[in-house]
Amino acid sequence: MKFELRGITKRFPGVVANDDVSLSISTGEVLALIGENGAGKSTLMNVLYGLYRPDEGQLIIDGQVTHFDSPADAIAAGIGMVHQHFMLVPVFTVAENVVLGAEPTGALGSLDIDEARRRVREVSEKYNLDLDPDAIVEDLPVGVRQRVEIVKVLLRDAKIVVFDEPTAVLTPSEILEFFEIVRTLVKAGRGVIFITHKLKEALEIADRINVLRRGKVVGSADPKTTTEEAIAEMMVGRAVQLTVSKSTAAPEGPALTVTNVSVVDPDGRTVVDDVTFEVRAGEIVGIAGVQGNGQTELVEAISGLRRVSSGSIRLGDADVTDDSPRERHEAGMGHIPEDRQRQGLVVDMSITENLVLTRYHSGEFSDGMRMSWPKAREKAKQLVADYDIRTTDPQQAASTLSGGNQQKVIVARELSRDIRLAVASQPTRGVDVGSIEYIHARMVEERDAGTGILLVSTELDEVMALSDRVLVMYRGRIVADLDPKKVSHMDVGLYMAGSRPGVNA
Amino acid sequence: MKSLFASLRYTLLAVVASLVVGAFIIVITDIEALGSGDFGKPFATLWTAYTSLFTGSFGSLRAISNTITGATPLMLAGLAVSLAFKAGLFNIGATGQMLAGGMTGLWVGFAFDLPGIVHVPLALLAGAIGGALFGAFPGVLKARTGAHEVITTIMLNNIAAFTVLWLLKTEAFKREGRSDAISKFVSDGARLPRLFGFLDKRIDLLAHSGFIVAVASVVLFWWILNRTTIGFELRATGLNQDAAKYAGIRTKTMVVVAMALAGAFAGLAGASEVLGLYGFASASLAGDIGFDAIAVALLGRSSPLGTAVSAILFGALQAGGRQMQVNTDVPIDLIVVLRALIVMFIAAPLLVKAIFRIRGEAHSYGQTFRGWGG
Amino acid sequence: MTVLVQSAEQRKRARNVGIAYLVLAAVTLFLFTQRPGDAGFRLTSTATLTLPAQAFGYALGVILVAVAVGQLWRGFGRLSNVVLALATALFFMSFLSWAAAGESFSFVGMLQDTVTRCVPITLGAIGGILSERSGVINISIEGMLLGSACTSAIGASLWGLWVGVFVGIATGVALAAVLAVLSIRYKVDQVIVGFAINFFALGITSFISFRVLVPNPELNSLRPVQPIRLPLLSDIPFVGEVLFVQTIFVYFTYVAVAFTTWALYRTKWGLRTRASGEYPKAAGTLGVRVLRLRYQNVLLAGAVAGIGGAWWPIGTVGRFDQNITGGRGFIALAAVIFGRWHPVGAFTGALVFALAEAVRLKIGNFKTGIPSEFLIMAPYVVTLVVVAGFIGASRAPKAAGQPYDEQ
Repeated sequence: MKFELRGITKRFPGVVANDDVSLSISTGEVLALIGENGAGKSTLMNVLYGLYRPDEGQLIIDGQVTHFDSPADAIAAGIGMVHQHFMLVPVFTVAENVVLGAEPTGALGSLDIDEARRRVREVSEKYNLDLDPDAIVEDLPVGVRQRVEIVKVLLRDAKIVVFDEPTAVLTPSEILEFFEIVRTLVKAGRGVIFITHKLKEALEIADRINVLRRGKVVGSADPKTTTEEAIAEMMVGRAVQLTVSKSTAAPEGPALTVTNVSVVDPDGRTVVDDVTFEVRAGEIVGIAGVQGNGQTELVEAISGLRRVSSGSIRLGDADVTDDSPRERHEAGMGHIPEDRQRQGLVVDMSITENLVLTRYHSGEFSDGMRMSWPKAREKAKQLVADYDIRTTDPQQAASTLSGGNQQKVIVARELSRDIRLAVASQPTRGVDVGSIEYIHARMVEERDAGTGILLVSTELDEVMALSDRVLVMYRGRIVADLDPKKVSHMDVGLYMAGSRPGVNA
Repeated sequence: MKSLFASLRYTLLAVVASLVVGAFIIVITDIEALGSGDFGKPFATLWTAYTSLFTGSFGSLRAISNTITGATPLMLAGLAVSLAFKAGLFNIGATGQMLAGGMTGLWVGFAFDLPGIVHVPLALLAGAIGGALFGAFPGVLKARTGAHEVITTIMLNNIAAFTVLWLLKTEAFKREGRSDAISKFVSDGARLPRLFGFLDKRIDLLAHSGFIVAVASVVLFWWILNRTTIGFELRATGLNQDAAKYAGIRTKTMVVVAMALAGAFAGLAGASEVLGLYGFASASLAGDIGFDAIAVALLGRSSPLGTAVSAILFGALQAGGRQMQVNTDVPIDLIVVLRALIVMFIAAPLLVKAIFRIRGEAHSYGQTFRGWGG
Repeated sequence: MTVLVQSAEQRKRARNVGIAYLVLAAVTLFLFTQRPGDAGFRLTSTATLTLPAQAFGYALGVILVAVAVGQLWRGFGRLSNVVLALATALFFMSFLSWAAAGESFSFVGMLQDTVTRCVPITLGAIGGILSERSGVINISIEGMLLGSACTSAIGASLWGLWVGVFVGIATGVALAAVLAVLSIRYKVDQVIVGFAINFFALGITSFISFRVLVPNPELNSLRPVQPIRLPLLSDIPFVGEVLFVQTIFVYFTYVAVAFTTWALYRTKWGLRTRASGEYPKAAGTLGVRVLRLRYQNVLLAGAVAGIGGAWWPIGTVGRFDQNITGGRGFIALAAVIFGRWHPVGAFTGALVFALAEAVRLKIGNFKTGIPSEFLIMAPYVVTLVVVAGFIGASRAPKAAGQPYDEQ
């Protein structure tokens, strides 16, 4: 079977997301669609899946022109999509999520849940995707949730399966398992489209590569003959530095000391289990680990948003274990939170207001009760220039900024203060390559100026490239303390999965 | 500026659309006339009704006075709702808070006998404090137990109403010689002076300086929201509670502060009615103002100027409505309908756009209420 | 392996419940033992349960202290809810025996009254659940109840009871249509529309009441339905009298609660509805027509609320008066939250409120020394305490209130 998108153009107010894009996919092959954030990959796939109607262009199946009015049509035609952000209802069970929209029914429209369970077991056994139909999705780890998505798609007899950034949440060994699943699907006669910005993986698994930039197809490549650098250049339009250049660190006294910290969540589960480590001034310590192993809670404990149930946290010489977030800010802690739109910025407020969000109360901008907006505006202008934030007017709402520039606002706000420690969670998630380069460079600069940096990221490449020391978190514990120059990605990956190098799985 | 004119235009069109629907209702419910084939009478009624609306609100000095009198409590109670909205809270309890402030202001009003220059501010302050405490209570409940303010404030309104009913019959509050729920008179020194006091002959002009308090409160509201650190914290909490928390703002405290401030404004409304308009308190002191205040805040998009203008508009409708009821047999409840329609049309710019075939962008104003939380 | 440890929050909550038990015990021991005499609870036409008020008070006070100690010491684990229900019930009995000491009253009548009064609140709550579960916040229950009460009174006076009910349903649906169209299609803030509908309904029904009904009283008088004795079921002693000698409105309510529960959790429609309210995007990507589902559910909610509104003229008083609903629509909203958006939970909440009302009616005449205003206030205080103390932050359908974009 052959699916073809020909001349697809899709416009949104102010931007052309897809500009005359053509590609084709046949069953039995793997196509990798590469592009950075904002290149138009997801939009294109949403067109293929019937979520968007294209303004121009055609959808052709086996030579026949057709169109999709809704995902129901796409599903009927054999397209299955596994989204980047899982489309699973957290409070439903696996079986309920899998059959939603294609429910087996009994009398009077009643839901035949036993049949649903049976079908889930059938498909998951056939493709080696071990699943419990009655498990509640919100209790499941991320890797398992992805399997639920895949079973969802296979249950509907998809001929073409589209994966949107599937490996973002997997450990290196889970990624290998994922590739096996892809190969199994291909052998079973399906076609796979694999959307990613991870060049290594595309080269590993794809039969063909298409590159999108700014809504247009700028090239295709043969994985057997091309290189990462070549693809990166097509992706960004210029030569890209794929590594971070940094000198050796010269760390001094401790900036952050975490001793025997444990965190128990409201349900009674120990999510951070007796963690001890240190970040010295002038070094970058990275915490690697798959999302959901306690990193989020650890960061919340360090920044004061969550109480520790035991242990202590020191910032420099000061004990901050019981301090509020505000007190920790004043003691010299900066925090770049994981989710910039939900936790880092108030997007409806102006850029200026966001730039002073963590120190509006300081003598710089207020006398304790009254705000001095003129002073705030001046500082904002300075920061916008210093940190290369692309905006025409800092009085505009932060929602007008691109993702990368929004992140720069947060970085500017935190790093421009006089701090001893910066905690950076997923600092470059969803950010364009140019901004990633910039933010990484700024972080190294900050380190060289004597600040300690705690980097928490699920992007192993980022952690390995930036950190002077790498810690690995698994199930709430620190399971390794490594020198990135001396270990391989694969070894770190093994720790991330709870294993160790040299142990046979 | 452009968007100000655009929103003004939509407001005007919304009012027009509502008046049209209102007219339709007036005509259609004159059953006797329509039944006996007299099609002239309903339209005559309509004409008299609508002209009364205008003359009753702005057509004479007395009308303007009535409008001001009606707008005063609406403006203060409207601020109570607007401020809460800005902090992300839905304050349905303006009625209860107004009653609380009214009673505390009343008590200070009759318990002492001091010179006016001291007594008036003291009594008003008492009203603000009473309202603030009553407003802070649901705030504390929300901060500590997560109980949603929609439910708690509605319950508290009823509780307040019945408590007031009981209080007014107790020895401490009851007026001598009366067995119904009506309070003692406040001391002369506590009375808010009338705005038109200089016109000796016109004692029918009831407008009182509570209006000045109201306008001053609007300015205070603006200043708090835009020029203080607390205002910044409130706005941040209302727009994005998570980010506010991450920035170190104590959002739980903000909930209590917001409700307390809101309650203070509503308490002022109660105190000003007692000290300015009546000179005593009765069970119907606050009426159903809580819901009217919500309409005022929604119409004014929770902004200081918007709330003030909406309050005046609603005060005008109220004054005009009374005139309309006097001149025709159209009950004043039509005003409630008109208010509902205006709110609806204002909140649906897309709908107004479709009806009047306006070209160009019509931005939906976004969500006031982000869901039940959690 | 993760270790299960009682978090600080759980311990705090358990402690609060223990303290609450102590408070109840104190009230029982110090207040409910103060009036001498026997309280007569009439159970049937022949049997009366006589409780010696003071003795009962002391006995119960001691039991409550024991329960409090048990709660603070170890807690009751799985049985916590059962213990809570029993303790509350016993406390309630002690209160009644104190209030009725030296007199007797119809306990059966009080419970019957409770079941009757919970009808509009329950049906309104079901309307709320139907709408909110699929993602549309419904603040306008009060408006729907009020509007339908007015129109069904007129319809029934003119053309008979069944037509009246039908007119009430149509009114509920019409108001729901406004909510649906404005909030789903025009993406107006659901709360604003809800409140506007409430104002509108209040204004127009009062308007109609004065302008049309007062001068034309023949449009506003009808004979309401009478209670029907269900064969066999009504012969069950005590319980049968309470539950199965009621009007058809009550029986409909039972069916509505059961049916809605079954439909929400056991049918295809229910699964899709809940998905639309929790995570509409997930449903949309699987081909579920989220917007159409929301329209359907909101209209259905209006219909159910319409029947609830008709309860006033056709089910009980036989006429419409201005603002006859008196805020019951908002109580229904509280019941929805109380019941965590589950029909049976909401039904329970409605019963709690109705019980408070029924109690007031029965014991209002007894000389308890409590001012009548406080008795009238009781239902609201009870609701407040329950919501603040026991429900707190409940789990709403996640996507309720957020408009959904279908491309």
